[in-house]
Amino acid sequence: MEERYIRNLGALTEKECTLLHTKTVFVAGCGGLGGYLIEMLLRLGVGTIRAADGDTFEASNMNRQLLSSPSSLGQPKAEAAAARAALVNPDVRFVPIPEFVTEENAAELIRGCDVVLDALDNIGGRRILARACAKENIPLIHGAICGWSAQAAVILPGDDLIDRIYPEGARLSSKSSLSFTPPFCAALQMALCTRILTGRPLESGRLYMADLLDMEMESIF
Amino acid sequence: MIEVRFFSTLREGRGKITQVPAEEASTAGDLLYHFGIPAEEVAILLINGFHSTPADNVKDGDIISLFPPVGGG
Repeated sequence: MEERYIRNLGALTEKECTLLHTKTVFVAGCGGLGGYLIEMLLRLGVGTIRAADGDTFEASNMNRQLLSSPSSLGQPKAEAAAARAALVNPDVRFVPIPEFVTEENAAELIRGCDVVLDALDNIGGRRILARACAKENIPLIHGAICGWSAQAAVILPGDDLIDRIYPEGARLSSKSSLSFTPPFCAALQMALCTRILTGRPLESGRLYMADLLDMEMESIF
Repeated sequence: MIEVRFFSTLREGRGKITQVPAEEASTAGDLLYHFGIPAEEVAILLINGFHSTPADNVKDGDIISLFPPVGGG
């Protein structure tokens, strides 16, 4: 085993670590959640990361988005993610996709992936991603943040959880997010993702919702 | 009494838990109106832990949990 992964051992078996090197993960969004998810996937040691985002960095991203900095303002987020991947773990195959996930391209973008990670910032995009995952028969790890709150869930193909999380007419009223909310949410998603990628049992269809202001975590549905 | 539990941003100005006399609400939607919460600002509404809608009936002893949409990334 390569020395860079030695500290994965114990929490993971050597067989599981080797298995991770064979996996392909799609990350939808390279912003607040996406930046941390990509960092964690690189350090965990998955084989391939495909990451899509059609946006560029702006100053208001810098309070929370790992890939943003004064020198990256105006840079495509997918491009910044590729540069980070090359720096942190060049052994991981990284495929940057400088496009937004849309109804037209979603199924094609995620095809062949073992897991899809939701790092989007809007409800419409999440519905598109969930439909594409159902169509391509790929598990989706939902994640979302607001202010001090973070939520995560495993959505298996055929599960209507996304429609229960975001009923018709639900509207996002706040764009607030703090520096520590995205990495916390990304950690929840990555724990779920790692369990799926290593074939460990897990309970799907539950929404884990954390309130970092009151230090509470609910498991609902 | 009906117990109403607020989560995340819905706690602002309302606290975590409150009680409402059962005669003041026949549906979960009545409770939202009582607290001045627009329906679109509630993503998940549970009655006694079960997924429900504002149109569903509530009764004495019920526990209502209200979660706002969390959708940033």
